[in-house]
Amino acid sequence: MRVIPYAEVVAATRQLCLEAAIRLPADVWEALRAARQREHSPLGRRVLDEILENDELAAREAVPMCQDTGTAVVFAELGEDARVEGGLSEAINEGVRQGYRDAYLRKSIVGDPLRRRNTGDNTPAVVHVDLVPGDRLRLTLLPKGGGAENMSRATMLAPAEGERGVRAFVLETVEAAGPNACPPVIVGVGVGGTFDTVGLLAKRALLRRVGERHPDPYYAAMEEELLEAINGLGLGPMGYGGTVTAFDVHIEAAPCHIASLPVAVNLQCHAARVARAEV
Amino acid sequence: MAEAEMAVRRLTTPWSDETVESLRAGDQVLISGVIYGARDAAHKRMVESLDRGETLPVDLRGQVIYYVGPTPARPGEVIGSAGPTTSGRMDAYSPTLLAHGLKGMIGKGYRAAAVLEALRRHKAVYLAATGGAGALLARRIRRADVVAYADLGPEALFRFEVEEFPAIVVNDAHGGDLYAEGRKAYRRVVLA
Repeated sequence: MRVIPYAEVVAATRQLCLEAAIRLPADVWEALRAARQREHSPLGRRVLDEILENDELAAREAVPMCQDTGTAVVFAELGEDARVEGGLSEAINEGVRQGYRDAYLRKSIVGDPLRRRNTGDNTPAVVHVDLVPGDRLRLTLLPKGGGAENMSRATMLAPAEGERGVRAFVLETVEAAGPNACPPVIVGVGVGGTFDTVGLLAKRALLRRVGERHPDPYYAAMEEELLEAINGLGLGPMGYGGTVTAFDVHIEAAPCHIASLPVAVNLQCHAARVARAEV
Repeated sequence: MAEAEMAVRRLTTPWSDETVESLRAGDQVLISGVIYGARDAAHKRMVESLDRGETLPVDLRGQVIYYVGPTPARPGEVIGSAGPTTSGRMDAYSPTLLAHGLKGMIGKGYRAAAVLEALRRHKAVYLAATGGAGALLARRIRRADVVAYADLGPEALFRFEVEEFPAIVVNDAHGGDLYAEGRKAYRRVVLA
């Protein structure tokens, strides 16, 4: 059994917070530049220019690209032959606390959803743990802003509604979100599972790199068809009208009950921040 | 390039009715002067004060409010990252502030029908800044001071001095709506 020191997990998480807030992953940079090339609307191109200029400035000066530095959503894959001294969740939360403090990120978490007092340090993080073979710890941080998260939706369809029902729900969600989700967006779609797991499927879908298709050709084709339809909605960058409403659509599917067809759509704004580390 | 030729209007605050009435949905503007920063909690306090018959910490007549909750300023900086937040959360409060003379609001995203109606009635405009461009927009804020509600932290009422702050008119005082009109030319898929 490998024992991973508490301080190593804290330091890695802190660094992920710093990194994610200021620098986009390479695939999102590429998606923004490609969008600038293929956007037809002059106003849409102006918006994309502004976003590119903003994101370059943020990376160069090491300042947050967006003031909404998000909920710290952490996916932890922990090897079955390893354990974290002092507790994995405790270490991740301490790393978030230090990262948000040291990088002057905004603290956006209230401790209670109705009484709404800010916790002051952006904790607690949302931590999803998977046990995997090996003795390593892989951490993926997805700082999730409120604007796009608020426009995300879930529903329980009837199985008879099938692929058509899923397609309609995805399109309706992007349409209703409009400018509020800060397009161009990445559309994470969860299909199947149960009421509690379908939202997590949709969030996991956001971790896949832009341009990477589902390994199953059936879902890969559905992703491409949905992306085409979403861009046909004409919302465009920031909803002012245009040809690029989404960078990509990612679907994650899971087995489900014979009576059910759960569907969730988790929207990700163009500031699609993801950072990864291995301890 | 076409975009370089797109007309941009330079506006100084405060705004008169004439200035507001000259603006049309889709106009690109660069705003200079004083604007106020406020989001959910500051709006709630302002409207509660007005409901009790009190005067506000600032006179809103002719003024512009920017919906923003910045990141903390690093030492030596005026302000942290400062892009627009979703405007819809202020919909419940905006008609009251517009009735008290507010002339402009800057945010991002859809507004409620009651806000659009209040824009027409009180002669005011709603503008959007680019969401997620917080680092860039912060550069246009030359000075930032908390003027009231300091206990609200990032949700306090701020006074900003801005220089050529970029925004786009989304809803004008004549019923024009960029969100509704702008997409028509690019829409190929219409939902049932």
